[in-house]
Amino acid sequence: MKIASRFLTRPDAAGAVHLTVDGEPVTARPGDTVAAALLAHSGDASRQSGKGAPRTAFCMMGICFDCLVEVDGRPNSQGCMIPVRAGMVLRRQRGLRPLAGGGEDA
Amino acid sequence: MATRPSEITIIGGGVVGLSVALGLLQARRRVTVLDGSDGDFRASQGNFGLVWLQGKGADFAPYADWTRDAVAAWPGFAAMLEELSGTGLALDQSGGFEVFTDRAELEDFSAALERQQAHLGNRFSHEIVAADDLRRMHPGIGPGVVGATFCALDGHVNPLRLLRALRSAVSALGGRILSGAQVSDIAAATGGGFDLSLRDGRRLGAERVVLCAGLGTTPLATQLGFVTRVRPQRGELLITERLADRLPFLSSTIRQVDEGGVQIGGTKADVGPDDSETLGMMATLARHAVTVFPALADVRVVRAWGALRVMSPDGYPVYARSPRHPGAYLVTCHSGVTLAPLHATALAEWIDETSNAPDLEAFDENRFALSDAA
Repeated sequence: MKIASRFLTRPDAAGAVHLTVDGEPVTARPGDTVAAALLAHSGDASRQSGKGAPRTAFCMMGICFDCLVEVDGRPNSQGCMIPVRAGMVLRRQRGLRPLAGGGEDA
Repeated sequence: MATRPSEITIIGGGVVGLSVALGLLQARRRVTVLDGSDGDFRASQGNFGLVWLQGKGADFAPYADWTRDAVAAWPGFAAMLEELSGTGLALDQSGGFEVFTDRAELEDFSAALERQQAHLGNRFSHEIVAADDLRRMHPGIGPGVVGATFCALDGHVNPLRLLRALRSAVSALGGRILSGAQVSDIAAATGGGFDLSLRDGRRLGAERVVLCAGLGTTPLATQLGFVTRVRPQRGELLITERLADRLPFLSSTIRQVDEGGVQIGGTKADVGPDDSETLGMMATLARHAVTVFPALADVRVVRAWGALRVMSPDGYPVYARSPRHPGAYLVTCHSGVTLAPLHATALAEWIDETSNAPDLEAFDENRFALSDAA
């Protein structure tokens, strides 16, 4: 079941940036962070902690690490610190990342 | 208004003070622990969590012995503490490496281990591991490593959970922990015992006092007639994002926390009472980690911090009774984590002056008085 977002989009927001979350098309606003786009898209968890607990963005200022998400193949990226870009491929972070396969530095 | 004196008051609520408190509580003493403020330099909240024997006491046999006993006592101590506190400590004593990227440093350290071996005989064993053998054992070790030493008795623990467990255990046994209790003055009370003045104006009485105040030790030690002076030595640390895989080895500078993050540390700087981190040391630590284990290049550092070690003049522990004020004791050391099991048993007996008390003369502060006179 999809959980509706609890956030409203800014009334002055104009334009659209298209990206995907776990393969599903999502539309964000220019200037949104990845975490803001995920919160606006869905009220569901955007990652699972190392112990499998559901989590989503909390502090929105780079401190809490609860917005971790895979961005264009790079795991454990802080969604609240990264602006959306057209064509971005996001995946919900499921548990801890492996040692190998950290992707390229953004 | 002065409150009722407690039987023994511990000044300092870090790993050292709480370990001593735990031991005294188990001997059924009444204990109060005075913990300072969050603005104080707290080694117990910034350290690396090693339970480490390798290299300790190479040039001071009593310290080699004392550390060997502590390391051997850790499994039982951890089990007892986990039972009392309900907190898991993540103790792992499956052996540790000192990894070297400089041949001369490896040779110096190997010689130190020989001296430590001579003190400890069959109570210790170590290996010198050639670089190729190390890479065969752990293929992820980088080409810049020139060799390593290994001691099967070394290990690590989660230091923050150790601190929390000690606090819970002390409370569970009826110890009283006062927070925000910074002692500014100690004076001998008329009729015996001590009067303590706290910075916030509170006054407390104590029959006996044990000074375990880390970097806050020196001014109080002076008031009690001790000659020991401690100095800060800054270490900087990094921690990475958490990983699903386990690192295949433990070293004294690179260890994977039980939750998955990789902690990197080991720098030393004499910079006074300043625990800030520096970009230069962060870069040095990151470079070292990637040299030792190149796969870490791709792992992100999420936090860096500095913390201050508590160093006596010669770096060894000090366990001293005040010559001027019977009932006042001074306890200070750099390795509060490694030595915790003995601080909670043998040292508590020594403070309690029981018939089982160990002979700790080698750790008395008279060694500083002598060296001053020489």
